[in-house]
Amino acid sequence: MKNIRAEKITEEVKEMCILANHYLSSDMNSRLNNAVNVEESPLGKKILNQLKENLEIADKEQIPICQDTGMAVLFVDIGQDIHIEGGLITDAINEGVKKGYTEGFLRKSVVKDPIERVNTNDNTPAVIHYNVVEGDQLKIILAPKGFGSENMSQIFMLKPADGIEGVKEAILKAVKDAGPNACPPMVVGVGIGGTFEKAALMAKQALTRDFDDRPTKEWVRNLEDEMLERINRLGIGPGGLGGSTTALAVNINTYATHIAGLPVAVNICCHVNRHITRIL
Amino acid sequence: MEHKIKLPLTSEAIEGFKSGDYVFLTGELYVARDAAHKRMNEALDQGNNLPIPIKNQTIYYMGPSPARQGRAIGSAGPTTASRMDKYAPRLLDLGLKGMVGKGKRSKEVIDAIVRNKAVYFAAVGGAGALLSKCIKESEVICYDDLGAEAIRKLYVEDFPVIVVIDSKGNNLYETAILKYKKD
Repeated sequence: MKNIRAEKITEEVKEMCILANHYLSSDMNSRLNNAVNVEESPLGKKILNQLKENLEIADKEQIPICQDTGMAVLFVDIGQDIHIEGGLITDAINEGVKKGYTEGFLRKSVVKDPIERVNTNDNTPAVIHYNVVEGDQLKIILAPKGFGSENMSQIFMLKPADGIEGVKEAILKAVKDAGPNACPPMVVGVGIGGTFEKAALMAKQALTRDFDDRPTKEWVRNLEDEMLERINRLGIGPGGLGGSTTALAVNINTYATHIAGLPVAVNICCHVNRHITRIL
Repeated sequence: MEHKIKLPLTSEAIEGFKSGDYVFLTGELYVARDAAHKRMNEALDQGNNLPIPIKNQTIYYMGPSPARQGRAIGSAGPTTASRMDKYAPRLLDLGLKGMVGKGKRSKEVIDAIVRNKAVYFAAVGGAGALLSKCIKESEVICYDDLGAEAIRKLYVEDFPVIVVIDSKGNNLYETAILKYKKD
């Protein structure tokens, strides 16, 4: 049995909020660098270069990459052999979010109630997904999610007869509908299978997967490659102002589903696809 | 084509803008987004004046991150303009000339742009750190209680934007895509 103090979790989450909003993961950077070289539109190339410059300024001057520093989404894997002492894990995480967003000069973008809409002024509560796993580690993935792209996400409850062609059409529809609103070049997270909520959760989780960490199933790898190519033939381009770079990556997660269904969730993310992992 | 423009926008300047042009804005720019627009609309419904002089002005749809000490503003990129579509035609009819944001606009907004000879610019979405370098001053004018959504007045220098919908109603989001579409 390993003991982890709640205050330790708070400190880690605080740091993660600040780091994730100022630095992207290396796989995001390399995709963006590559996009600058292959983009066909001169204006598109100019915008991609501005996005690179934006990342440099964010790093050097400690200005968040995007002013929408997001709602904090966390995936927490709790090893069943650990014990958390000194408080409730959910409270510890929310305290970390509060400290990170307040001390890190990040925007407070959360309202307490979807209709009454009064800002909580500390960016809490976070959206936290727990999963119990074997072992004695606590793995925390934090993904601050901006809503320009979140608003453009869609779910499709397809019929089994729609098959893989239906899935492809659904992904293309979500990307086309998102267009310039989602700050392209986008990262497209897709969840196929499960239930209504499982598909959405997988789509979000897919956004946090390293692009070089490929799915084990061949059909899923092929679908990711084909969809990235087809999305980049749509012409939407950087900023939605035309070009050959509409998406930097398509990440697809899958799960078992019901004999009557084929759920497909498409979670759109902009080029500021923020995620950071810590293991305690 | 590139233009260097002093704000407020003049009718001559707006007539010279074509969808796809690159424009550098210098001068005063007002900032308002969702909650501020809702409140301005309510003020008009109640027969009250707007808290800002709207005539000939340009509104930037934006909600900044907090400024570190010694800086005018934090990260400050555009937000999605379509959420302001419900309110924009009314403001355009009252004399608003320019809007800066990102993303598509409704037919009602495009019609109001043409009717009032106005313009819709896009700033690069997700480049908030870069754009903040062009913002030299920032002051909360009203609706302070809205936090990141308060109305601000900025002083910007060579703030880079692209003409998306010009005063004739040409829409870069529709035309540019066709050029690079391959299927």
